[in-house]
Amino acid sequence: MTYRPSALQLQRDAAKRRASRRSIAIALLSTLLLGLTLTLIVINAQGFDAVREAFFNPHYAKKALPRVAEGILLNLKVLFIAEFFVLLFGLAIAIARTTTSPILYPLRLAATIYTDIFRGMPLLLVLLLVGLGIPGLHINGVPTSAVFLGVFALILTYTAYVAEVLRAGIEGVNPTQRQAARALGLSQGQTLRHVVLPQAVRNVSPPLLNDLVSLQKDSGLISVLGAVDAIRAATIETAISYNFTPYLVAGAFFVLLTIPLTRYTDWLIRRQDRAQKAQGLF
Amino acid sequence: MSTPKKITAAAAAALLALSLASCGSSEAEGCPQIKEGVLTIATDEPVYGPWFDNNEPENGKGYEAAVAYAVAKELGYSADKVEWVRVPFNNVVAPGCRNFDFDINEFSITEERAKVIDFSTGYYDVTQAVITVAGSKIENAKSIADLQGAKLGAQVGTTSYTTITDVIKPTVDPSVFDTNDIAKQALANGQIDGLIVDLPTAFYITAVDLKNGKIVGQFPAKAGGEQFGLVLSKGSVLTEKVSKAVDALRADGTLAKIEDQWLAAGASAPVLK
Repeated sequence: MTYRPSALQLQRDAAKRRASRRSIAIALLSTLLLGLTLTLIVINAQGFDAVREAFFNPHYAKKALPRVAEGILLNLKVLFIAEFFVLLFGLAIAIARTTTSPILYPLRLAATIYTDIFRGMPLLLVLLLVGLGIPGLHINGVPTSAVFLGVFALILTYTAYVAEVLRAGIEGVNPTQRQAARALGLSQGQTLRHVVLPQAVRNVSPPLLNDLVSLQKDSGLISVLGAVDAIRAATIETAISYNFTPYLVAGAFFVLLTIPLTRYTDWLIRRQDRAQKAQGLF
Repeated sequence: MSTPKKITAAAAAALLALSLASCGSSEAEGCPQIKEGVLTIATDEPVYGPWFDNNEPENGKGYEAAVAYAVAKELGYSADKVEWVRVPFNNVVAPGCRNFDFDINEFSITEERAKVIDFSTGYYDVTQAVITVAGSKIENAKSIADLQGAKLGAQVGTTSYTTITDVIKPTVDPSVFDTNDIAKQALANGQIDGLIVDLPTAFYITAVDLKNGKIVGQFPAKAGGEQFGLVLSKGSVLTEKVSKAVDALRADGTLAKIEDQWLAAGASAPVLK
């Protein structure tokens, strides 16, 4: 037998539809009005032509594009190499900090001191210390490349952040999970690998991706050591013409790179929500 | 039901009124002087020798500090009627009227830049030079070709940098630094083989800042020459007066005298072929 809504139910549904149509119309109208008015204010402003000329000049955008695109490739290279090692070392430090054995106390102490220092120290300072300090020692065989040392400094700083995120994830896993795994006969290592880490990483993947986005933008800071990334390329172009459009070109690249990452984060959170609702408390 | 409509309508009316108000104001007649009776001069923070001394433009020491006060005097402002402001590069060249009457900070005059800002006539003819440290592979370079395989560096936003890309055209990507301080350290570390700066800065850095610093040579002067000019807001009411003052100082020998006093007098560097 098929479901037949009563007359009253049909009325309710119709009223709901009307209300929803009305709120959509109001939302559209107010958005349009606001957009229109803001546009009017901006284009009627006294300095509008000068600002448009300085920031949105297609001629300079086209001129800067090849160089800025070349720069963004460096940003991407730095991002991928740094992120790989950051995740690797971050995980190692997070695990070290969550050990409990008394023998391993020095390890915990060292890991704690490391995260405390490098989470607190401004990235710029780490970059200068590593990028100019290490080559200043004139040790044979130590690389002096700005990109290499810059990536090294980024890894030092971001490992500290990511280690803390992962530690929070590990500590957030309910202790009964560990106990249950041990009761089933899994070793300490197996418990970590098959029970604790999968849940820990899943729980903190949104903040981890947040750190990834942030690393993507900070990758450009290695330009203080002389490397030419997208923003530095834009600065160079701007210095030739005194026109700021190249910065906008670089900014567009960064936004385009960030959007897929944030959408992926959103999707991950939603999937995680659904998984948890479907399975109860994991 | 009528409430959201009312709010929307009221908000729209307010915004429209605001937008209409903003079109009311009329275009100003060029950028005015910042303060009546006071000459507001801008430079960067920090500033370096030999252009300024001890990062204090107010002391009038160093070539550009001296030129700034000479221009002020020529315009009829005594030293106590000069006010300094510190303005970073990007703010100097941003659109609209700026918060200074003129800026003095080794700005090279180019036609392209002059579309965005006003320049006075040039107060200094500049050539670019390459410096290095003892033991570097370009220590004995004699020609521009000798520099092409070297890792070179320059400060971002300078004509020193465009000298690398347009004149030397090296085979190795050059390094670009925020400040000459970081560039000097990179040179001392051997991270770059040579650093391009203007000639007076080259003398200053190799004499004062760098251990074992050495000027490799200077580049032949560009066709038409490169000059430093004072920077003014586009369409400033002062541009013409300031240019006239600079011309007068050049004509009566004041600029030459200041140059003798602050820039390595009589010193010269071999010209790279």
